[in-house]
Amino acid sequence: MNLHAIRAIYRFEMARTFRTIVQSIVSPVLSTSLYFIVFGSAIGSQMKDIGGVPYASFIIPGLVMLSLLGESISNASFGIYLPKWSGTIYELLSSPVSFIEVVLGYVGAAASKSIMIGVLILVTARVFVPYEVMHPVWVVAFLVLTSVTFSMFGFIIGLWADSFQKLQAIPLMVITPLTFLGGAFYSINMLPSPWDKITLANPVVYLISGMRWAFFGASDVNVGISLGIILGVLVVCVTAIAWIFKTGYKLKS
Amino acid sequence: MPAAPPIVTITKLSKTYKGGFQALKALDLEIRRGEILALLGPNGAGKTTLISIICGIVRPTSGTVVADGHDIITDFRGARSKIGLVPQELSTDAFETVWSTVTFSRGLFGKPPSPAHVEKTLRALSLWDKRDSKIMTLSGGMKRRVLIAKALSHEPTILFLDEPTAGVDVELRHDMWKMVRALRESGVTIILTTHYIEEAQEMADRIGVINKGELVVIEDTDVLMQKLGKRTLTLTLQQKLDALPADLVDAKLALSADGTTLTYTFDAQSADQGGVGPVLKRLVEHGIDFKDLHSKESSLEEIFVGLVASNRAEKEAS
Ligand SMILES: Nc1ncnc2c1ncn2[C@@H]1O[C@H](COP(=O)(O)OP(=O)(O)O)[C@@H](O)[C@H]1O
Ligand SMILES: [Mg+2]
Repeated sequence: MNLHAIRAIYRFEMARTFRTIVQSIVSPVLSTSLYFIVFGSAIGSQMKDIGGVPYASFIIPGLVMLSLLGESISNASFGIYLPKWSGTIYELLSSPVSFIEVVLGYVGAAASKSIMIGVLILVTARVFVPYEVMHPVWVVAFLVLTSVTFSMFGFIIGLWADSFQKLQAIPLMVITPLTFLGGAFYSINMLPSPWDKITLANPVVYLISGMRWAFFGASDVNVGISLGIILGVLVVCVTAIAWIFKTGYKLKS
Repeated sequence: MPAAPPIVTITKLSKTYKGGFQALKALDLEIRRGEILALLGPNGAGKTTLISIICGIVRPTSGTVVADGHDIITDFRGARSKIGLVPQELSTDAFETVWSTVTFSRGLFGKPPSPAHVEKTLRALSLWDKRDSKIMTLSGGMKRRVLIAKALSHEPTILFLDEPTAGVDVELRHDMWKMVRALRESGVTIILTTHYIEEAQEMADRIGVINKGELVVIEDTDVLMQKLGKRTLTLTLQQKLDALPADLVDAKLALSADGTTLTYTFDAQSADQGGVGPVLKRLVEHGIDFKDLHSKESSLEEIFVGLVASNRAEKEAS
């Protein structure tokens, strides 16, 4: 294993993050905080509690997950798309690294950034909404697992995309609807039949539900299933990336 | 020279791109340790494809490459850590500084940090003053130097320079040549591709000519010149000639349009077997007098054009 390479890639990516700290960190934290102000403080007081949890607190796990998902995908996909676009990918391809180093470097950096954003959002939320966390260890676990898994997913999109449009198409047209329909703002039990069943096909439901369980100890679906789904997606992503590097798909002619 | 084992051995290397275009056709090539090898060929000959396969950027369709004892596929880590590549395109990061991009390259190639080596490399390439500049603020020539510094950051034993002086001004080109020679002195094997025949002639110990995915010829530079070199004899005539006398008409003898000069083209080797003597004698016999004459060796440019043409003719005949 080429540890120096992992470190080099990780540092390069983190330097890029901090060079653009306003877009990459400040902006997602601020925009998510707006939800807390609007839904938490302004509208939240007019809403009923859901499962005994005040609405303002109820939406926090979902909003954190929404942010993690979006940021992980866009950051990781951009990170690997950029060298493809500028041509500097030649260096990565000609270097003595395998997919393990590349993934640890790029995905590690993207996930680190997402985790930072997640933590900042949780801290900011606490300013507007008084919430308690029931299983802090599991909050951390879901934070890390989601960041890593969806950074992998974003990495695959970045490898696959050969235009900026494609790069943005998946997050915009697939992920955004799935996250908004994933139960960030409601409990799926509140959906009319058959939508309460159909929504179970949406993997984001399990992510948000898992995080909500870690916060409040209660959730729409069993936390074990949530965990299983995340790990499943993770395994699929790792396999896909390994295959891409082995075959050179979209990377080498 | 004793036959030392080659540093790079390329065996039956073929590449067919996805569209079905065959860019390399069972190419065999041995690169000698410590030499400067120039790969010469027209656009689309397959030079970049060849280099890209060796460096791991393009996958070969068939054939093998062993670089400094490491197979480029089965032992890609071993092979690639020995190889430095300066690509044809000026692909650089925009916002990184010169120092950080070179440091990055060294790490990527698996070497522990060495500010001393990075400093030495930057100084050798006259980049030291620019170390804290963002790459996007540099001129094209400077960017090219940055790419060279990146390629040398991990102390490779084999360096590929893909058209290093394309679009580079004369001064920088001469700097580049100096740098390449200095690198060779330090033991690095250098393979460069070029369009400029004078560059190959000036720089290379050996020249390989590539055309349409095949190695047409590979020879020591001076041997290639001698073996394939033609000489031309130019005669300035005393009196204008309207046409050549019928029995002097010969493919090798050409009268200029204005009828004042005659050019005789002949193989450099046949000069040993009489050379210009017989033709001069015959001219005198015909009463063709001349006031001046000079002969010169043909340039590699002319040789190259001839080689490619004959290769094409051979292809069409078969
Ligand atoms: N990725 C690719 N896909 C299809 N054809 C390619 C690709 N890269 C190069 N070629 C073709 O292969 C041939 C050789 O190209 P190249 O190796 O770049 O030549 P050179 O470097 O000698 O100019 C050209 O005809 C080029 O069009
Ligand atoms: Mg080329």
